[in-house]
Amino acid sequence: MSRARTATRPDEPLLSVRDLSVRFGLRGQESFAAVDEVSFDINPGQHLAIVGESGSGKSVTALAVMGLLPSRGVQVSGEVLYRGTDLLTCDRRAMSRLRGSEIAMVFQDPMTSLNPVVTIGRQVAEVVQRHLKVSRSEAFERGVDLLTRVGIPDAGRRMKEYPHQLSGGMRQRVLIAIGLACEPKLLIADEPTTALDVTIQAQVLEVLKELVADTDAALLMITHDLGVVAGLCDDVRVMYSGRIVESADRDRLFAEPRHPYTGGLLRSIPRLDSPRGQRLTPIPGSPTQTIPWEQGCAFAPRCAHRADQCTDSAPPLEQSEGRALRCFHPLTGAASQQEAP
Amino acid sequence: MLRFALRRLALLVPVLLGLSVLLFVWVRALPGEPARSLLGQRATPEGIARVNEVYGFNDPLLQQYGSYVWALLRGDFGSSIKTGQPVLESFIEKFPGTVELGVAALLFAVVLGIPLGYYAARHQGRLLDTTIVSGSLIGVVTPVFFLAILLKLVFANWLDLLPTSQRQDPRIDATHITNFYVLDGLLTREWDAALDALTHLVLPAVALGTIPLAIIVRITRAAVADVLNEDYVRTAESKGLSRMLVSRRHILRNAMLPVMTTIGLQAGLLFSGAVLTESVFAWNGIGRFLFDSIGQRDYPVLQGYILLIAIIYALINLTVDMAYGVVDPRVRVS
Repeated sequence: MSRARTATRPDEPLLSVRDLSVRFGLRGQESFAAVDEVSFDINPGQHLAIVGESGSGKSVTALAVMGLLPSRGVQVSGEVLYRGTDLLTCDRRAMSRLRGSEIAMVFQDPMTSLNPVVTIGRQVAEVVQRHLKVSRSEAFERGVDLLTRVGIPDAGRRMKEYPHQLSGGMRQRVLIAIGLACEPKLLIADEPTTALDVTIQAQVLEVLKELVADTDAALLMITHDLGVVAGLCDDVRVMYSGRIVESADRDRLFAEPRHPYTGGLLRSIPRLDSPRGQRLTPIPGSPTQTIPWEQGCAFAPRCAHRADQCTDSAPPLEQSEGRALRCFHPLTGAASQQEAP
Repeated sequence: MLRFALRRLALLVPVLLGLSVLLFVWVRALPGEPARSLLGQRATPEGIARVNEVYGFNDPLLQQYGSYVWALLRGDFGSSIKTGQPVLESFIEKFPGTVELGVAALLFAVVLGIPLGYYAARHQGRLLDTTIVSGSLIGVVTPVFFLAILLKLVFANWLDLLPTSQRQDPRIDATHITNFYVLDGLLTREWDAALDALTHLVLPAVALGTIPLAIIVRITRAAVADVLNEDYVRTAESKGLSRMLVSRRHILRNAMLPVMTTIGLQAGLLFSGAVLTESVFAWNGIGRFLFDSIGQRDYPVLQGYILLIAIIYALINLTVDMAYGVVDPRVRVS
């Protein structure tokens, strides 16, 4: 597989998202910001996680990077620079050349993300055929090879089958095979294990991890599961209500969460070594109990550390010691240690 | 697949039996009687009695039905009271005319309807969509006979662009092998005959195809709009495939399933529409003959033609159901 690719300097980020905002709302109606001035970088080969509850804007961020948001009723602003090219302004043709070859995506729901009336083989081979300019039979061969690599037994026969003949775990493996078919530089995985059984989740994650390592791809992992983050990612961005509230490398985030929301997420993970009968500590309330960022901290209504200041003005994202935090009253020292598992 | 087809064909037997009872009762419930229309205004009571005697209309109804079914089972559909021609023979002679018209109408509806529905769905809420949708609404509500007369008036009488009636100019000396006039012209390389038959076909096909066109537009639009929201279309787009490939392989292939069913059901509508269209355009097919036969209370023709149409209609829908399995692997009968 030889393809001419522009070389990326190791110090230059592969993907640089600057002040990305996505607003939903039809013309004439008040719009709502699903993603609000989000910025982050991904370096070649880096594994970055965006963590948050449902509705925090993490999937919308991923779709905005891919340019897959619907055009009606959606306003996207900011910059998504892929090796210096702004994906938000580049034309359709250029975008479709990048999609699938340089930047690929693995979707959340394996039951609905494959076309029910097209064979697995064709769905895998079509992306190879499109970008690697190979013949139909070569693409098919490569498809068999890909399916074998994601751990699908008897791949030659599976290629001729339809999605409904495969289990959920197998279908998710097919989606991973499609995502990595052209050895992209960046793979975006949007909750790739959410729809699967726990045991299958572990297997699929293992496959994803191996293949991403094999191909040296950078990974943008969208998830609500900090267990997935622990096993797969180097860096974490925590999102709440459309904004990044905390940013740190994995080890420091797990050891010493600073934002009360991050602390809450960590405490709500079930643990094997906790005493029997001890209940989980969920974050009180739900993501719908929020206030607009313009008026204060969106997490304040659910926060145990809330002060008057939190509902008066919005906390800025402050950088220090290589991490960033959007909080007036962060967890400190002993409290933070206690929050950590 | 074969077992499926055989089972469906077996189910057809009780349906046809039931239909034969309904038809038998219905034609006899029509006011007037065949003898009177056969003998005309100056019919004498004696003459009527004699005709009734000859055709067995004096026998008890049950006995009449019994002998009718008995004849049917032997493949005998009876003969026309008016012309004396066996019903099956005249049906076979006139059926190609109706098929030619029906196929042309359906082609018009499908070839225009699917792209229009697709573009409407892709531009939902915009001017193009609104125009197509309201246009299709007008298409649905316009009665066939009204549209037929209107088309004839404008394009044949006023603008004099197309012929007003019949399947072919009688002055053309055309050879007929299959009774599909356009096909005959092509087969015999009589190009002028084929072209003439084609120009005769335009107006009736448009008149007959407009309602199916409007329905296909609306069903396609709804089906495509549904499929556009599916996750697998997003997956296809995330692969960077060409727009053409995404719409053909991933959108239309899925959206075609409900459209196919609709096209099958339209076949029934075509037969009923053909009765009106053929009458307006003096088109020599089964529809016009059926219409004439109602006026003449030609019981054997009415019973035989409608029964034959029902069989053909059922076969068309069986074909559509089997084609479903070809397109959608999930319903493929193992």
